[in-house]
Amino acid sequence: MPSGNLGSVLTIDQAIHDKIVAHARRDHPDEACGVVAGPAGTDRPTRFVPMLNAARSPTFYEFDSADLLALYREMDARDEEPAVIYHSHTATEAYPSRTDVTLAQEPAAHYVLVSTRDPDTVEFRSFRIVDGTVAEEPVRLVSPVGH
Amino acid sequence: MAIEVRIPTILRSYTGGAKSVEAKGDSLAALVDDLDASHPGLKGRLVTEDGALHRFVNVYVNDEDVRFTGALETTLSDGDSVTILPAVAGGACRTVPPAAARR
Repeated sequence: MPSGNLGSVLTIDQAIHDKIVAHARRDHPDEACGVVAGPAGTDRPTRFVPMLNAARSPTFYEFDSADLLALYREMDARDEEPAVIYHSHTATEAYPSRTDVTLAQEPAAHYVLVSTRDPDTVEFRSFRIVDGTVAEEPVRLVSPVGH
Repeated sequence: MAIEVRIPTILRSYTGGAKSVEAKGDSLAALVDDLDASHPGLKGRLVTEDGALHRFVNVYVNDEDVRFTGALETTLSDGDSVTILPAVAGGACRTVPPAAARR
């Protein structure tokens, strides 16, 4: 698997990975979306925040604008950034579409795509999208020590 | 007149890295022009050639999305705060739908 730009990798708790997949399955056939916030500057996704898809569409997602403001205010107050921005594709592969690439406006985020096209298969992939360029990165699932 | 404008990460290259800048204007349109005068190129990231706010840039005046307050014609007063946030959106579709109604 290509390692993307500058050896970028998504390191994420298995539990959060599972929550993202569960959210996507729950909202199927609409696209699900959300973020995983993390302490600013650490590149660690720690706080799972599922969001309403205001578009409620099987092929488009958009955070409700009031929800978006509340989310960014909250992250600001907690000194967090959106380490992961995730959404699902419900009939196509877990790969950023042209629309995904055009609308990606958080260059430091890991863009996670989940596909729910097959109920028996988990497709969970991560990408960096910077200046219109997509680079897939490996996903490293971790479990907290002592839990 | 001083209005605080919060700048998202992706537009901080126009403000020398500043998260927040001050600007003035009686309307959002005037404020955007004032911002552009101090930070050239910023207007082009907020307003299209047709003179409308970009579909995927959200602007809030005192926590209210300006789509519901008159968009660029939203009036501003001293002490107001303006927040700019890029929309978080995407999806498998080829064509992008218009903005969703307020829920």
